[in-house]
Amino acid sequence: MGKILMKGNEAIGEAAIRAGCLNYFAYPITPQSEVAEYLSRRMPEVGGVFLQGESEIAVGNMLFGAAGCGARVFTTSSSPGISLMSEAISYISSAQCPVVFVNIVRGGPGLGGILPSQADYFQATKGGGHGDYRLLVMAPASVQEAVEMVMTAFPLAEKYRNPVMILGDGLIGQMMEPVEFPEHLRTEPSNKDDWATNGMDTRKSNKPNLVKSLFLSAELLEEHNVILKAKYDRMKQEEVRYEPYNIDTDYQALIVSFGTMSRVCRTVIDDLKAEGFETAMIRPQTLFPFPEEPIKQAALKESCKIVLSIELNMGQMVEDVERSVQGTRPVHWYGKAGGDVPTPEEVIDVIKSFF
Amino acid sequence: MAKTFKKPEALSDQSTHYCPGCTHGIIHRLVAEVIDELGIRGRTVGIAPVGCAVLAYNYFTFDFQEAAHGRAPAMATGIKRVRPDLIVFTYQGDGDLASIGMGEIIHAANRGEKFTTIFVNNTVYGMTGGQMAPTTLQGQRTTTSPAGRNVEEVGMPVKIAELLSALETPAYITRQAVLKPKYIVRAKKALKKAFQYQIDGRCFSLVEFISTCPTNWGLTPVEAIKWAEDNMLPYFKLGEYKTPDDVEED
Repeated sequence: MGKILMKGNEAIGEAAIRAGCLNYFAYPITPQSEVAEYLSRRMPEVGGVFLQGESEIAVGNMLFGAAGCGARVFTTSSSPGISLMSEAISYISSAQCPVVFVNIVRGGPGLGGILPSQADYFQATKGGGHGDYRLLVMAPASVQEAVEMVMTAFPLAEKYRNPVMILGDGLIGQMMEPVEFPEHLRTEPSNKDDWATNGMDTRKSNKPNLVKSLFLSAELLEEHNVILKAKYDRMKQEEVRYEPYNIDTDYQALIVSFGTMSRVCRTVIDDLKAEGFETAMIRPQTLFPFPEEPIKQAALKESCKIVLSIELNMGQMVEDVERSVQGTRPVHWYGKAGGDVPTPEEVIDVIKSFF
Repeated sequence: MAKTFKKPEALSDQSTHYCPGCTHGIIHRLVAEVIDELGIRGRTVGIAPVGCAVLAYNYFTFDFQEAAHGRAPAMATGIKRVRPDLIVFTYQGDGDLASIGMGEIIHAANRGEKFTTIFVNNTVYGMTGGQMAPTTLQGQRTTTSPAGRNVEEVGMPVKIAELLSALETPAYITRQAVLKPKYIVRAKKALKKAFQYQIDGRCFSLVEFISTCPTNWGLTPVEAIKWAEDNMLPYFKLGEYKTPDDVEED
């Protein structure tokens, strides 16, 4: 099929259906309520499940139940809603259930604002809930990429039996862009008979399955966490995704930026190039696992004097950039809290201030 | 010679961690008997709460999920919505259901989710060591109400069966007891009805069980039963609070 013009939020809903996910639980919150509105119409058309829960706390646990019994399931929410779901996300991670979460991030903390932000970077990549767990986190920079990431998220969640989070922002959710739905990304849900509570009759077994997160003995808890860590380590080996931009030049500054902010940075790089000043960008497409090695290597280029983490928050990803660069180049942060997206001119002024 | 009394197939061989005299064992057995009699073990999913029954899955021989504190009704909703053919029940205590999980139970009941809730009311938080629950009786001493529940400060005990039966949607709400054989026989009948309603595709059902907690009440099992009869039954009145309109009460 050809390209159609769609609002980000609606495209995300449609992408999930096309990926073979017919179960959606959600609670309304700006700026992503259009996903729920869209799916309240679409899910009945495709014989799927749509349910508006009474709170994000409940929704998180509905996802836990549904995924626990083997269903492919997802939700969309925005920052304060994800905070409430974080209880369930911790349990879901421990119980190793595949669930896809989409966070259309708004400004915070507290009620914050309803405009685009990347202030949930820490929450998504370092764990918003309790305990040692990681989400596989992907950050789209366009509606098309949001569609592709949503469609990729389901098989990835099942591969690792782990929640996957798409970290978008209000701009990705609200803007309309041409999108094409790639048919080849549709996958059948994996066989979950060895762990899911799908009923003994369903899997023709006499052995009960148990979905749980309680390990009262120190040895068993240790063993469980070691298994989880091995999964996160494997993600670091196999799932790092990033997009380099203008990286083959003798750039003097390396920008690290993701999502909506990275689009502004592309313009910055193009504008500076026209002036004869080369800069480059590594755009992380996965925030966990983080593209540590590509950033380290790009920073080490002889021409590169500084590394800049440019974010729609008050300086979160910059900690991972510093960790990646390992002190080989000075690392600076520039950003705004969200809502007010920095213009290319503002970013150019910041870069020039270092030279 | 034919065996006339045996362990239900739905119960495992493990001995339980419950304290001597605790009534969870009776309720577990009733659940297992009903599941056997209805022949639904192969398509049943139980949901364990946070509380004394968190390890309930060790004692049954069918699929189980373990919920976060109070969230069992949301978890059951998730399962039942995506797999309506499964038989789903939550097993929850009074701290879990009537305190932290009040929102989840009311909305699941009001949406008419087609699962069954087994609500064990023993007026205290058992697992954490006998703290005050929303169901703790007026004047009852607990580790967090050492001078007795002061209703001026924390209100009167919550009556879950009455509260939920004020909703229009739920199909079947009943309060039973497991204090003596006569109550247990009635309780099993009620429990079987609740599961049968679910099998028939009727909406939400809840069976509240008046239970004991000898350990945290500081009583012997026999004293605990007497205390429950004398103090709980006058306040938490037994009976059918809501039945489906087109089904005769027995």
